[in-house]
Amino acid sequence: MRTGQLEMPKKKKSLAKKWRENLDLWFFVLPGMVITFIFSYVPLYGLQIAFRRFSAKKGIWGSPWVGLDHFVRYFEGPYFWSTLGNTFLLSLYSLIAGFPIPIILALMLNSFRHKRYRRLIQTVTYAPNFISTVVMAGMLLLFLSPSVGIVSELLGVFGIPSVNFMAEKSLWRHIYVWSGVWQNTGWNSVIFFAALAGVSPEFHEAAIVDGASKFQRILYIDLPTILPTATILLILNCGSILSVGFEKAFLLQNDLNLSVSEIISTYTYKVGLVQNDMSYSTAIGLFNSVINAVLLVIVNWTADKLSGTSLW
Amino acid sequence: MIKTLKMHRAKSDAIFDTIIFIVLTFIFLIVAYPLYFVIISSISDPSAVAGGKVIWVPVGLNFRGYEEVFKNDSVMRGFVNSIIYTVMGVILNLAVTLPTAYALSRSDFMGNRFVTIFYLITMFVSGGMIPTYLVVKSCGFLDSVWALIVPGALGVYNMIVARTFFKTSLPNELLEASKLDGCGNTRFFFHIALPLSSAIIAILILYYGVGHWNSYFSALLYLSDNKKFPLQLVLRSILVLNEAQLQKGGASTAQQLIELERQRQLVELMKYSLIIVSSIPVMIIYPLVQKHFVKGVMIGSVKG
Repeated sequence: MRTGQLEMPKKKKSLAKKWRENLDLWFFVLPGMVITFIFSYVPLYGLQIAFRRFSAKKGIWGSPWVGLDHFVRYFEGPYFWSTLGNTFLLSLYSLIAGFPIPIILALMLNSFRHKRYRRLIQTVTYAPNFISTVVMAGMLLLFLSPSVGIVSELLGVFGIPSVNFMAEKSLWRHIYVWSGVWQNTGWNSVIFFAALAGVSPEFHEAAIVDGASKFQRILYIDLPTILPTATILLILNCGSILSVGFEKAFLLQNDLNLSVSEIISTYTYKVGLVQNDMSYSTAIGLFNSVINAVLLVIVNWTADKLSGTSLW
Repeated sequence: MIKTLKMHRAKSDAIFDTIIFIVLTFIFLIVAYPLYFVIISSISDPSAVAGGKVIWVPVGLNFRGYEEVFKNDSVMRGFVNSIIYTVMGVILNLAVTLPTAYALSRSDFMGNRFVTIFYLITMFVSGGMIPTYLVVKSCGFLDSVWALIVPGALGVYNMIVARTFFKTSLPNELLEASKLDGCGNTRFFFHIALPLSSAIIAILILYYGVGHWNSYFSALLYLSDNKKFPLQLVLRSILVLNEAQLQKGGASTAQQLIELERQRQLVELMKYSLIIVSSIPVMIIYPLVQKHFVKGVMIGSVKG
């Protein structure tokens, strides 16, 4: 009763008063908004150089319009199909190899009975996530070195002749993808493991009474629980299928594997900042973002129709 | 009848448990061995490492690789630079992220919807490498620490994690009571909200801190003076581009050839030690805060 009386005047507050009351909260958000505006929104305005022939001397406004010239140049150029294809294949391979394994790991860890051993496995499998990309690439180069690397030593034990792994075009994608799986599987399983913690033990108890085996319980209780999370993540991953990160591919590139390792982001970097053709580079980047957005919408629509789960 | 069914079930479950045990142990070994191998190699004899003799235990225990690392000026300078950039970066991150997250956690903040949408848009559209580079350049940030820490001062994902934390852990009654006592928003934030939020501050320090420590791309884009290079760029030149200094000069005599080979092995050994040294800060923090890390992912997944 008393609380009701206390709350009464609050409801009568006018909109103007509500605004005035928390005006100081605007100062809380102001610094972040200014920085984000400058470094995330102003570059959007700068995207117009994709349609101009930009030169640093003339500035954005002074540079002449060239319409879609840069896009046409990219589409008709020798690198269009190779960069697009390499990016797509690398990304698709990463997704197919990297997506299911964390789910399986989480399901196994969740039904694992040795609690202390489980903690140890978690601690160790999460750890590679914190290794930097540079160190990861360095480790790969050390391990895969044809002369002194541990991998060629081990292969030698089985009598398999060593090859120069990083120069072998046919191996590059496998190295890239599976080292990524090694590095990220543990950490990517955390989110599924967390979702599994939310399963009420009563479901399992009821299933045990009904005579369900452990495998059946995983299949019919645990798996459906994490399916929505998995779907959302899958949609997001598909939406970024053409935005393979620059960092690792760039570090693992060399002249001998360039024909499979040159992806859109590394090509944009080289064209834009090494060859200084900024407009062309921006055009390629813009093309990439547009494809990503279209893919995201298509995948989201498909997922919505198939499973009823969607981003919006 | 029921008993045999139960026994049958117990047996199949036992088999299933064994399979899981074996598979998980296999995964554990696959992840752990490369890490273990780097550690034992870094403290072994250079020629034993090069000869592939180091597999299970260190051979010819010594710390020459580490001596080389600590003698290397550019590594040490990079290490110090990275610490400075990481500390400055994290302070800026917190100063920008925490107030924003707090304001957005308040449902009575009138700008809530607008500001949230303002940030969500940036997750889906971006100007890309070159336009961002041009903005950083026109801010006069090229070749300075600001280029590394200001553009990413607010990570939207981290901000949402912090907002969710504030929303769920600060009871509304606390704010109402403080207001009755005449406490304004600013005072409430500094004197009540922040002291109650050490968990989320720890999570943010770690997320942002590891991010700064491990990043090399913005340094590659924006820095050209190699005295300012962070550790990761130095690592890149040694580990990936193979630019560690070998003593130059022709090797004609057999003794010189042996000496050259010895040096080459030492450089290889130094790489292992370098990997360990560069991971020290993260390795110190990681076990201490593993719980928090995981908690952060969980908060993020509740309302992402």
